[in-house]
Amino acid sequence: MFEWLDQVFVLLKHWLVSFLPATWQPVAGILLCVLTIICLFPALFAICVLLERKGLGRMQNRLGPNRVGPFGIFQPIADGVKSLTKEDLVPLSADALVHFMAPVVLVVVVFMGFAVLPMGRNMVLVDLDAGLLFYFAIGASTELAVFMAGWSSRNKYSLLGAMRAVAQMISYEVPLLLSSVAVVMITGSLSLSKIVEAQNHYTWGLPHWYIFTPWGFAGFLMFAIAATAETNRSPFDLPEGESELVAGYFTEYSGFKFALFFLGEYVGMLSISGLGSTLFLGGWSSPLEALNWVPSWIWFFSKLLLSIAVFIWMRGTLPRLRQDQLMNFAWKFVLPMTLLNLFVAGLWRFLGDGWERWVVCSAILIVAYILMGRVGMYREHFGPRRYRYAE
Amino acid sequence: MLGEGILKGLAETAKNFAGSFVSKERLTTVEYPEDRIPTFEAARVFPFLVYDARNPGDENDWEAGLRCVACQICEKECPPKCIFIDKSKDKKPDALGKQQFYPTRFDIDVSVCMSCQICVEVCPFEAIKMDNEFELSTTDRFGGLLHDRRQLAKSNEYYHKIHPTEAAEVDARLAEEKAKADAKARAAADAAAKAAAAAKPAGGGE
Ligand code: SF4
Ligand code: SF4
Repeated sequence: MFEWLDQVFVLLKHWLVSFLPATWQPVAGILLCVLTIICLFPALFAICVLLERKGLGRMQNRLGPNRVGPFGIFQPIADGVKSLTKEDLVPLSADALVHFMAPVVLVVVVFMGFAVLPMGRNMVLVDLDAGLLFYFAIGASTELAVFMAGWSSRNKYSLLGAMRAVAQMISYEVPLLLSSVAVVMITGSLSLSKIVEAQNHYTWGLPHWYIFTPWGFAGFLMFAIAATAETNRSPFDLPEGESELVAGYFTEYSGFKFALFFLGEYVGMLSISGLGSTLFLGGWSSPLEALNWVPSWIWFFSKLLLSIAVFIWMRGTLPRLRQDQLMNFAWKFVLPMTLLNLFVAGLWRFLGDGWERWVVCSAILIVAYILMGRVGMYREHFGPRRYRYAE
Repeated sequence: MLGEGILKGLAETAKNFAGSFVSKERLTTVEYPEDRIPTFEAARVFPFLVYDARNPGDENDWEAGLRCVACQICEKECPPKCIFIDKSKDKKPDALGKQQFYPTRFDIDVSVCMSCQICVEVCPFEAIKMDNEFELSTTDRFGGLLHDRRQLAKSNEYYHKIHPTEAAEVDARLAEEKAKADAKARAAADAAAKAAAAAKPAGGGE
């Protein structure tokens, strides 16, 4: 019964496809999966936006949207209708073709990332051997879309936003990759389904997720920071900083194209959360052996939504960084830490199975964290500022 | 240590998040159209014209009782120039029984008025005061935003209801003025009577 539930979507696909002639079946199967992904994630996007607006409201002691439907649950529909019926403006001096292409490219690229994410047992669209590589190759193209948007709008706010975005995304792409490399080193595979399989073991009923190892924990933190920056989320939302740049690179977009950017941002968040949970949180595996009967896809999507909740929580808490602080943080703290983490992961691999590796690896990471936090991030002008001319 | 502040901040927002579900004090939102809070006595939004009800029940009571004498001081002083007054040709007796002009037109444009209360400050006749009615939106953006004197006229009782303290002061002042005017009139009448009385015997003696 539970096995059947676990595989319900796979079985459903096979059943639907079996109506077609054999030659069509593989193509139809893929199309069906793609269609599901394309419908599912925008729906999740709607839920996320609603949760974000409600959650942020609560964090600021407000109610959040509560007018459309009971508790405002139909707010996303209202927003959707609004953005569809709004006038679509293209600036006169904009490069019309690139201006049009940018949101499309963003959304397409963002959706392609899901192709390799295992969303449940046997639920992966294409099980590439180099799935992680594919993901990063595709993920890096979002920068292109962002820059296309900023450049083609011919607006200085857009351009500034786009330049900030590119600088930030490229800087944080490096730690994002390096923190995942540690996982690859330990697993010995670039395939995301193999990475999940490797974490799907239990000792005393507890899972072997990578986040429960010293290098995995550090790697996860670095990954989370880099992922936040990569998706332009607060506190790294400089590219769209609405208080400085109107809306950053999509200032000149309105109507449905604006909605596409919005969608791209949130689906990107979902996608990177999916990657993060695949790499460090055991993907679709359950957090306790006793809960193994719960369908795997439920675990995957709960992890996804949990990550989104953390994103929202962060956004409700942290103010925006300054550009130089952002860069300093990337190159002087996150990058050295991820490099060190690679070394620690290697050490972990070769120190055997005893308790020593726990002590050694944790000690190295904690000491490095404290030292780097003290020395690397210490600046005299951090803290209360004194203005010379005011004295 | 690095990150300590972030944890503290996260704890704070988590407290807010959870607290807003349990404690009513945290959630200060008043859901406006359904819930309302009483307006403060000193609240001011838009001016209105005060009239003294003389014979209640009369259709045109408001017009007869308007305190405004169309002196047009407020029209001149209004910074955004949103008051439009036409002065009457004839005169009517005011509350003190004196013959005065009255406004045949008195319009204020809601969309321009900035609630500065200057018209109230400059009016020498206590004829214009600030209202606290704030739901002034309309679906007609041309005529609907220009309030004419019928819409602006509100009784002194209404004034007492929204600004009790201020209205009492104004009434006291007006009563004093009226008393003074009455005393003066009486004195004048007495003097006239005396003069007449004095003139009579003198005339009779001649
Ligand atoms: S409140 Fe100010 S702006 Fe409004 S009518 Fe009076 S003087 Fe004019
Ligand atoms: S409201 Fe006052 S200041 Fe304005 S015209 Fe009437 S009497 Fe004069």
